[in-house]
Amino acid sequence: MSWFKRQSQDFDTSGERKVKTEGLWVKCDQCRQIIWKKDLEENLHVCPKCDKHFRIDARTRLAQLFDNGEYTMEDGNLSSTDPLKFTDLKPYAARLKAAQKQTGLKDAIINARGLILGKPVIISAMEYSFIGGSMGAVVGETITRAIEKATKERIPIIIISASGGARMMEGTISLMTLAKISAALARLDQAGMPFISVLTDPTTGGVTASFAMLGDLNIGEPGALIGFAGPRVIEQTIRQKLPEGFQRSEFLLEHGMLDAVVHRRDLKNYIARAFEFMAVRKQGA
Amino acid sequence: MTETGDPGQQSWRQLGILPAIEYWIATVQGFWAASAETNSYMEASGKAEQELEKIEQQIVQLESAAGDNQEAHRQLAMLQEQVANLRKQVTAAMGPWQRTELARHPQRPYMLDWVELMFTDWSELHGDRRFGDDPALVCGMAKFHGEDVLVIGHQKGRDVKQRVHRNFGQANPEGYRKAMRLMRLAEKFNRPIFTFVDTQGAYPGLGAEERGQAEAIAYNLREMAKLTVPVIVTVTGEGGSGGALAIAIGDRVLMLENSVYSVISPEGCASIMWRDSTKRELAAQALRITAPDMMEMGIIDAIVPEPPGGAHRDYQGAAAALDAVLQTNLAELKKLTVQQLLDGRYNKFRKMAQFFTEE
Repeated sequence: MSWFKRQSQDFDTSGERKVKTEGLWVKCDQCRQIIWKKDLEENLHVCPKCDKHFRIDARTRLAQLFDNGEYTMEDGNLSSTDPLKFTDLKPYAARLKAAQKQTGLKDAIINARGLILGKPVIISAMEYSFIGGSMGAVVGETITRAIEKATKERIPIIIISASGGARMMEGTISLMTLAKISAALARLDQAGMPFISVLTDPTTGGVTASFAMLGDLNIGEPGALIGFAGPRVIEQTIRQKLPEGFQRSEFLLEHGMLDAVVHRRDLKNYIARAFEFMAVRKQGA
Repeated sequence: MTETGDPGQQSWRQLGILPAIEYWIATVQGFWAASAETNSYMEASGKAEQELEKIEQQIVQLESAAGDNQEAHRQLAMLQEQVANLRKQVTAAMGPWQRTELARHPQRPYMLDWVELMFTDWSELHGDRRFGDDPALVCGMAKFHGEDVLVIGHQKGRDVKQRVHRNFGQANPEGYRKAMRLMRLAEKFNRPIFTFVDTQGAYPGLGAEERGQAEAIAYNLREMAKLTVPVIVTVTGEGGSGGALAIAIGDRVLMLENSVYSVISPEGCASIMWRDSTKRELAAQALRITAPDMMEMGIIDAIVPEPPGGAHRDYQGAAAALDAVLQTNLAELKKLTVQQLLDGRYNKFRKMAQFFTEE
């Protein structure tokens, strides 16, 4: 316990944007630098001052990775049937509709095909702004299809995670998607095909506890929150404050869970390099 | 006073105990029927259960007091049957939250009880050869009707000391890694694997995160899909999310009648979605976590019936029912070739969760 408490609330780090500049300027919630939005975009949504990696949507991510930002989307026509008819404070069906309208996607995932430094690659990218990137039947099926295509057509695959975990509103069904995707990855693995998992901010729960940790390489973005249980749950369980930097990419790297933490500007080249390494398969695979 | 010429029975009637008990049962029945109308099963089932317990105690006492009075025994048996019937009704109508409570019942048979009830020649195997041994997830060699098998399961504790030792059945990464190590052993020597799932979830602690809880679970999910020996999973109590699934990828997934299987605990769901953990009953309802729900959604293969009132009331009866189901399933799986087994397991999970429309 410190003797003195800060009176002023100037240094609020809640992450909320206080200055409303209508989209021209963005404040970095790490170093509080005011950044011109165009500068930020040119810098791949990384703060030019402190290197904080801002969250980006799935389409921006895909455009950054594929050659010339060109790719074709696949399997984007699946939508949830709300199997449990789940209603908490708001019906799940309404949440789905709102998220679909807001993101222009049917669910929290995009399967895409394109070239990375001239070589074909399949990417399955999660969309965090769609109900927290949560994984239900649709996300599970879509990722599974991407993996099955990669296995069958012998194309390397990348899965980019950004998710709070399984989608509660689809109950045990969403839990079963962990099993489904992992089983597909078992076949991919046995076929000797490479899979790179990119973990971005945030990757937690059932997503971490399935495909996100199963890459031939697991790559984290700097500063990304990555873990199994959420920080609040852990604090409640052990009844103490968590140390600074706990469950961040760098922490996971230190504890042997990631192969590397890679800056966004280097990610594409890093992936291309890794696929080059993994281009020769073992005999018989 | 001797119409039947049986003084024992006469004095018995004079006591008026049997009609009293009959009346008591009728009262419970009435109370239960009334609660069905007002849809207040939630409190009612607990209360009815309590009353039935008291009645049963009375009957047991009277049984011993009745001596060799056959008529009294016959009537007591009839009353017993009435109680059992009523209990069945109460259990059948139990809401998902009551089932959750039953699945968590402190007297419910745990992993090591099942081992004792259904297996012989048990010998526990410890440690993940990397970090440590996890008492929350128990593994060992055993014989099932004479056949060598591997048994794996979450173990909760009964008293405070045991609970702490077993970490309330919440496994750490080393538990899942131990399980995987031994499943590989079973595979190497072609032994079938039985797993018993009963956990609130994988332990959400600091050390668990540091040692890669997520990776340990993920790895099991993928590797269990590759195992070349039969794997039979039984959810015996709580099937709590990833921590349950990490030993639940099998050729057959069974559930005991009063067990639950869920992506999050009703309390956890309530505190996130309703921002109020006391809304757990609503959450349990919304999440659809009971065995019939799982059956309907194609997540499990069979429901194993429990004795009236739940497995904790009759260990032998519960074990006998489960044992029979395990035997049939094992016999079926042993007929398959390795490729059939692997394809079957893949397709089983591949076809799950088909809850979407495709334009």
